[in-house]
Amino acid sequence: MAAKRLNMRKRYEALTRGMGWETTHQPMDKVFPYDTYEGIKIKDWDKWEDPFRLAVDSYWKYQAEKDKKLYAIMDSFAQNNGQLNLSDARYINAMKLFIQGVTPLEYGAHRHYAHLGRHFRGEGARVACQMQSIDELRHAQTQIHTLSHYNKHFNGMHDPWHMSDRVWYLSVPKSYFEDAMTGGPFEFITSVSFAFEYVLTNLLFVPFMSGAAFNGDQATVTFGFSAQSDESRHMTLGLEIIKFMVEQHEDNLPIVQRFIDKHFWRAYRVLGLVAMMQDYMLPNSPMSWKAAWDIYFTENCSALFDDLGRYGLRMPKYHEVATAEAEHLSHQVWATFYNYGHAAAFHTWMPDVKKMDWLSEKYPNTFDEYYRPRFETFREMEAAGERHYINGLPQLCQVCQIPMVFTDVLNDPTMVSRRVSIHNNSKYHTCGDGCRDIFEFEPEKYIQAWLPVHQIYQGNCGGSEVSEVLDWYNFQPEDGGEYVGSADHQRWQEWKGTAESVSDDRTQAHAS
Amino acid sequence: MSTVFLILQDNEDARPIIEAIDQDNEGVVIQYQPGMVRIEAEGKLTVNRDTVSELVGRDWDVQEVHLNMVSLSGNVEEEDEYFKLTRS
Repeated sequence: MAAKRLNMRKRYEALTRGMGWETTHQPMDKVFPYDTYEGIKIKDWDKWEDPFRLAVDSYWKYQAEKDKKLYAIMDSFAQNNGQLNLSDARYINAMKLFIQGVTPLEYGAHRHYAHLGRHFRGEGARVACQMQSIDELRHAQTQIHTLSHYNKHFNGMHDPWHMSDRVWYLSVPKSYFEDAMTGGPFEFITSVSFAFEYVLTNLLFVPFMSGAAFNGDQATVTFGFSAQSDESRHMTLGLEIIKFMVEQHEDNLPIVQRFIDKHFWRAYRVLGLVAMMQDYMLPNSPMSWKAAWDIYFTENCSALFDDLGRYGLRMPKYHEVATAEAEHLSHQVWATFYNYGHAAAFHTWMPDVKKMDWLSEKYPNTFDEYYRPRFETFREMEAAGERHYINGLPQLCQVCQIPMVFTDVLNDPTMVSRRVSIHNNSKYHTCGDGCRDIFEFEPEKYIQAWLPVHQIYQGNCGGSEVSEVLDWYNFQPEDGGEYVGSADHQRWQEWKGTAESVSDDRTQAHAS
Repeated sequence: MSTVFLILQDNEDARPIIEAIDQDNEGVVIQYQPGMVRIEAEGKLTVNRDTVSELVGRDWDVQEVHLNMVSLSGNVEEEDEYFKLTRS
């Protein structure tokens, strides 16, 4: 009689249990040197609940199926000049930011989950991390392949890895990820699997991919949803690791809570880029950042933390600041990029009348009062031939590395929020309580931060002129600045047969 | 009880899964958004293998749900017979 096929649970256990052993040639602590120094105490790795039960054969089968679907769509998109179906070429600037800022993080995640897949003592956790490592490599590759089609037709997408290592605004996502990677394995997995993937990733992928669908970007919808289908496994791993750590030893609770507080804030700060993409860079926005925040953070996370309350965990510190900032964030970040647009490898522009009205409607408490007047002034300056740029360099937050542009939204939204810490007789500036607390807990780590503005002033970035720094970034002359009149814009108008109206086409391009 | 949700792509493969969820879970809220479908329930949401198999007319493997999943919220239980999200 043929042996009965094992059920799903048993199959997965066969993959993840009993594959490890107590080493004798070298002591276990030397074989696994990183999983104790953070103070997380694990009494019994066998109590690890596998977050999902995808054994290797099914894993390859399903991943192959996902890739086949995706590559078929990518081919058809390229063959049929899919870029012509976009709502407007302004949209592509969001994808430039994506490949410059997000794709290198996917690759970073691939590398670091491979590290965890070697260094956790429990083999269940190791297998989960190894699979995630392969997923993340797939994400980086499929994003590069998909966006390579746009790279043939639009500027700014030619050298994302080089840019990620050097460019001022890309140091924001890069430094967050490297902060997590330079922590121990438990801090990294809490940061990326839980704070980023479980708590916040819905804010990146769900409204954004829906936005891509809404703006005719079939290619991005497909890679986004394909990546996201792996994400549900990653999210489950994030939740499992949190529960496992706090169940293993009572001493773990304060450490885990601190990891959650810190990395919620670090990851949230990076999402300022997403807020701006959603509200300003999508010509047609299906959902505002504020609405997405209400659904995917406020509602979803209160349910999550109600559930985690039984373990003694609470909502991340300063979540109420993030919620109050939701009405301001995208406007402040977009205004900053508009002002420094000549030093970015994507285009910026002022919203047209229709978009401003949409922003007023979605942000009734803030847009008309704080942002519309400034944006209308910028439009008037532009009409008078004096497009506004700032030529000085901004002060950066020592932790999140974002220019100090955020305001004190809880008290006075017109005042810049700034904190000062003293360490070894030097002053360090942070953008608010969230970043200040992170700095003050580990000042020796953050005083080493590679802050792009400081580096430029120290002469480490190609020279002292803006043009020399941009050369060092490997930006091409057509990559940045105002969208209206840019090479991207002209090309789009030639395709669409509207080349005559270069100077005053905003409303028209938007409505088409 | 708190809310759990499952988001699937809005495509041909997901249609029978959504229909099965609708049949087997009382009071689910199904929202269609650009490119995707969000299914929300109070406390518990189950995808049953047998219901989906019946609808697609072949043996459907619970893990096929991963092919079209966009996101979820809740504690996951994955067995041969069902895929379940819960939250107390």
